[in-house]
Amino acid sequence: MSSLLSASSALREDALRRLKREMRARAVKLGLRSWMGWRRGLTSKADPQRSGRVTAEVIEHLERLALVDFGSQEAVARLEKAIAFADRLRAVDTDGVEPMESVLEDRCLYLRSDNVVEGNCAEVLLQNAHRVVEEYFVAPPGNISLPKQDEQEPFSHN
Amino acid sequence: MAAPVQRWSCVGKRWVLTYVDGGSRHGRGAAIGFTSRRKRGQSSVAQQPLITAQKSRKGEHEWAAVVGLEIHAQISSNSKLFSGSQVHFAAPPNSLVSFFDASLPGTLPVLNRRCVEAAVMTGLALNCRINKKSLFDRKHYFYADLPAGYQITQQRLPIAVNGSLAYSVCVGKKPSQVSTKTVRIKQIQLEQDSGKSLHDEPRSQTLIDLNRAGVGLLEVVLEPDMSCGEEAASAVRELQLILQALGTSQANMAEGQLRVDANISVHHPGEPLGVRTEVKNLNSARFLAKAIDFEIERQIHELENGRKILNETRSFDYKLGCTMPMRDKEGKQDYRFMPEPNLPPLLLHDTASLPPGADPQQVINIDWIRERLPELPSETREKLIQQYGMLPEHSFALLNEVGLLEFFQNVIKETRAEPKKVTSWVLNIFLGFLKQQNLTVNESPVTPSALAELLNLLDRKAISSSAAKQVFEELWQSKGKTPSQIVSEKKLELMQDQEALERVCHTVMEGHPQVVMDVKRGNPRAINKLIGLVRKATLSRADPTVIKKILERKLSS
Repeated sequence: MSSLLSASSALREDALRRLKREMRARAVKLGLRSWMGWRRGLTSKADPQRSGRVTAEVIEHLERLALVDFGSQEAVARLEKAIAFADRLRAVDTDGVEPMESVLEDRCLYLRSDNVVEGNCAEVLLQNAHRVVEEYFVAPPGNISLPKQDEQEPFSHN
Repeated sequence: MAAPVQRWSCVGKRWVLTYVDGGSRHGRGAAIGFTSRRKRGQSSVAQQPLITAQKSRKGEHEWAAVVGLEIHAQISSNSKLFSGSQVHFAAPPNSLVSFFDASLPGTLPVLNRRCVEAAVMTGLALNCRINKKSLFDRKHYFYADLPAGYQITQQRLPIAVNGSLAYSVCVGKKPSQVSTKTVRIKQIQLEQDSGKSLHDEPRSQTLIDLNRAGVGLLEVVLEPDMSCGEEAASAVRELQLILQALGTSQANMAEGQLRVDANISVHHPGEPLGVRTEVKNLNSARFLAKAIDFEIERQIHELENGRKILNETRSFDYKLGCTMPMRDKEGKQDYRFMPEPNLPPLLLHDTASLPPGADPQQVINIDWIRERLPELPSETREKLIQQYGMLPEHSFALLNEVGLLEFFQNVIKETRAEPKKVTSWVLNIFLGFLKQQNLTVNESPVTPSALAELLNLLDRKAISSSAAKQVFEELWQSKGKTPSQIVSEKKLELMQDQEALERVCHTVMEGHPQVVMDVKRGNPRAINKLIGLVRKATLSRADPTVIKKILERKLSS
């Protein structure tokens, strides 16, 4: 598995190098156009929230989806900065460039033959569970709904 | 007797309001129209267009229903889609779970070759275009039976697209009035199954068994080309038969190997499509049509009463016979699809594009698979019709019951009787007995050889057809006896002695001069009375046609 990781990180670097080369070539060609695009990227576009602000509704929606707690205003500000940083990618003109689906796109997908080689380790797996009933994992019924944002108490996350 | 009730019934592709007599069975051979939940498990679609059209009110508008299906079929394989743990229906909880299935950190998915082959076979059988390159994605949502928090599926670029499925529906009162319809297949994709959750309401907890987590599924998406429950049920049935013939899935709905979700909406013909609802938890062939028709009727009622349809997910309650909104499905789900970073694109080849010197275990050739596709149900039916002159509806009936076709073919092999006779006996008498005692073909006490022997006796005219039925009943009850044994034991042989028969006829004619007079006067039914008398005299051991000939000869002389 470590060889897989190192192989994939090598490929990632490869791909990044390729991407940087592309970007440089295009930047030289475009010159002014790309600089203008960068400026445009900061002051945002069709978003209802102007100039990179992320609204409370979007935060609440994201918290629900990802079960992440944006407990403080600092965290939200950090998120906005991260989005602005990533937005600079829009400056690159990718007309006619095939999007890369995966850094592994040149690799072969290994096909395993249909044999049973794993399983039969219920005891080991159940050791991880907080609560167990007769070899079943125990979970609360359904999904616990998160409290609404105004009900939430501000607390710091570890 | 209940007062006439207004119901929405499916007439061709339209839903019209008709009057259905609530309880009466007399008088009009009434259009049953839409089966209410009170009636038990019957087909819920009207098949008498003429009658309902006459009864529908003038000036009411028609509704058209649109039904699309998402069918999940568990792939028949030894191990799971991305891990080497076993696929098996009943096993101790969490015993067929690998570290990857439990989504322990540090584990990676490894694709099972058999599952890819199954997907390609299914795609080819359904006339799809197989994508030589397909991609895997993650679909994120939180639920206790999905340990990873995402499901690996193929959303961007599935393995097969743009196919078609042909199925038959009854269009008239008679079973012979069938027409073939086609539904387009949007795509077929490979995805993981989730675990099983058992809800323990009293203790307010859910018990999770991950044996099913990670099992390979084929999701077949059918375009909304269907218009009522019966069409949907027929399409699902045909897909089931195809999957079973291919061996890619056992498609047993009772064991959860085939699950159907329906997307249903209604609209006025000519107007844009209405808001659709998704009905999940349709896991029974019997209730599939019922559930869909109920939802269609519910939507029509809501709209007729000025209310709106919510784009929601509902489930079907079998006991109450109605659909209810599902809890835990608040608003529209955002699955945040992203490419599966641990899996490269899946590349398939055909004979032309096979890389030379490649490891055969690592390469899948679409042409190779296409050449080895087994015979599909539609081909089998066509062969039966050509070879035996069978009616189409009989070919459907033969394929509809597990093992029945094989039984039929074994009987044909060993008997001299005409195929039509064999068909009739297998479908009417044999199948009738099976259904009466709720047995499968494998559990039948009568073997194909026994039935073949019986039909030979009948064909030779050694016994009459009523005697044959008696013998069959006897065969069913007592194992081990052959038809010939039963015939001689019960003295059921037909009289072969022509002279003895003539003497009996003569005696009967002498004994009933009045009836003879009736016949001579030209009463056509009187001869049947004579025939009956002769039969009684011979203890039903004479062939009625032979009796008739002898009597006619004697009477004319």
